[in-house]
Amino acid sequence: MKTSQYLLALLCPIILLSSCKKSDDEITANPKSSFTIEFEHQVNGAVLALNTTTYKNAKGEDFKINVFKYYVSNIRLSKADGTAYLVPESYYLIDESKSESKFITINKVPTGDYTKIEYTIGVDYALNFAGAQTGALDPINGMFWTWNSGYIFVKLEGTSPQSTAANNALTFHIGGVIDPNNTIRTFSTEINAANPLRVRTDAKPDVHFIVNAASLFTGKTDISFSALNFTMGGANSVIVADNYTKGLFRLDHIHN
Amino acid sequence: MYACSKNEKAIAPEATTISFEIPANFPVPTYNFDDNKLTNAGFALGKKLFYDARLSADNSVSCGSCHQQFAAFANLDHKVSHGVNNCQGKRNAPPLFNLAWQKAFFWDGGVKNIETSPLNAITDACEMGTDIERIITSLKGTAPYPDLFKQAFGSDEITSQKILKSIAQFTAVLVSGNSKYDKVMRKENGFNFSSVELAGYNLFKEKCASCHAEPLFTDFSYRSNGLDVVSADEGRSTITGVNTDFGTFRVPTLRNIEYTGPYMHDGRFYSLDEVLEHYNSGVKAAGNLDSRLKNGVPLNASEKEQIKAFLKTLTDNEFLKNTLYNES
Ligand code: HEC
Ligand code: HEC
Repeated sequence: MKTSQYLLALLCPIILLSSCKKSDDEITANPKSSFTIEFEHQVNGAVLALNTTTYKNAKGEDFKINVFKYYVSNIRLSKADGTAYLVPESYYLIDESKSESKFITINKVPTGDYTKIEYTIGVDYALNFAGAQTGALDPINGMFWTWNSGYIFVKLEGTSPQSTAANNALTFHIGGVIDPNNTIRTFSTEINAANPLRVRTDAKPDVHFIVNAASLFTGKTDISFSALNFTMGGANSVIVADNYTKGLFRLDHIHN
Repeated sequence: MYACSKNEKAIAPEATTISFEIPANFPVPTYNFDDNKLTNAGFALGKKLFYDARLSADNSVSCGSCHQQFAAFANLDHKVSHGVNNCQGKRNAPPLFNLAWQKAFFWDGGVKNIETSPLNAITDACEMGTDIERIITSLKGTAPYPDLFKQAFGSDEITSQKILKSIAQFTAVLVSGNSKYDKVMRKENGFNFSSVELAGYNLFKEKCASCHAEPLFTDFSYRSNGLDVVSADEGRSTITGVNTDFGTFRVPTLRNIEYTGPYMHDGRFYSLDEVLEHYNSGVKAAGNLDSRLKNGVPLNASEKEQIKAFLKTLTDNEFLKNTLYNES
């Protein structure tokens, strides 16, 4: 990862000096452009506001959210003809407390009409076990477990009067990649063929997802905070991951 | 240009060129520096960080306080934090050598890469991000660190990645493969086992080597050798969530064992005599006890002396006293 960046940095001036002609040719042959994705955080349709607003889970229990962040990685775009483009090195940490992190720009995408978007909720198997990383995967982001290698894929912390933990805390750190407690989940959504994601050199579309934080607690298993208020990997994390697989993300609309 | 020559004078480069040596009787290592080019400057920085207390969560200890060279970089440790509600209690600091051959780290194999192994020690599980930020800020403001990072990585920007990569340049270079045992195996001139050592070696191959496999003296599997009927520390099952892993721990290497006491994951035995007596008479019927130890390992007094004599041939004084590795 890093080495290639250094290499690029070294090579850039050379490319600029010596190969202007060639890159022009490449652009006409295989044009690329960009698009943005916006992640709008909600709790069952209400705006997500950290620390202040009280929400209800599917069991009718009150809760507040103090921390909400998660990884989106390995973004893959498919066209109607079945051909696909995997965005290389696509690792993003979306954090409610950092508004800029909720808008991501995907560059150098081959132009075309895409009718499906898929990504990993979390980080793929290999990078959980790789050497020291930087950028979104830097352990400085507080999303890496130090005693059991691997990333926290989805982190939600908060409080609920129903929680039996100290200070009524809710601690949902979802991660782990080894069976039977593998929590890597893939989200996939079809895009209406009438209004596909149109990546064009003269247009940069915006894909808008609604992200429902309450989806951690319902979907497959309704969670009561008196029974489950703490998980850091393991079987309980699987219950939560199975909940949010379907409900965490919903494609709202695309601005072409 | 001026800045460069000044840096070189300020920080004496390591006298010897640092290299990663693979002993002739060792297998192919797992970690090979492909993504972390080994340089004198990288090693020197990693070693300096290893001995600097700025790296701990509360500035009180360095890696070197828990991993001491005279003990082959082992030590009895106080509690290592394993995160809220997930505390493993007291674990014995394992020795640090031949790490480049390990695929997993810690007694339960929870950590999968040598580069990320120090994170647990330098951060508080709950405050991890803030701890790393604080360490980076402190290193940025402390000469000669910015220069050392520049020499090692070409820029004085300090990141967790560079800290961890440089520490790995130090820890992965720690290779112990020059014990008497190695020299006998490599048929180096003049090195032979004494008759007691040879008898011990034969007993070892018969009774111990199925787990403590040559030449690294571990097969890297996770097993219970029957320390307790019910282990206080879950061990491997914390990581895998599988019941049959409850109370199992990585088979530890026995190289330099003469100096790495106390022994076992919780440091319960202070001498090799106690360890051998455990195998002879103390093996408990733990739920996941390894089947090879169902009846313990009966050893009479002279057999114990022979095994002990053999174990001492695993001491590598060149490693224990190598001045390249000490705090300087
Ligand atoms: C407070 C004592 C302490 C300090 C300080 C400490 N360690 Fe450790 N280290 C341990 C213990 C205990 C373990 C085993 C943890 C376990 O198995 O759960 C360990 C394990 C390791 C391992 C894995 C070894 C193996 O064979 O599995 C490495 C590598 C390591 N430490 C490197 C470092 C580095 C580098 C530093 C400094 C940044 C450091 N340690 C600081 C106590 C410490
Ligand atoms: C069935 C596998 C197995 C066999 C056979 C076995 N061991 Fe072990 N040994 C282990 C395991 C596992 C541990 C670590 C246990 C723990 O800490 O919970 C261990 C720990 C040790 C330790 C402590 C090392 C340290 O650094 O703390 C010594 C010394 C030792 N064994 C020597 C021997 C000798 C000598 C024999 C033969 C008489 C033997 N072992 C046979 C699995 C085995």
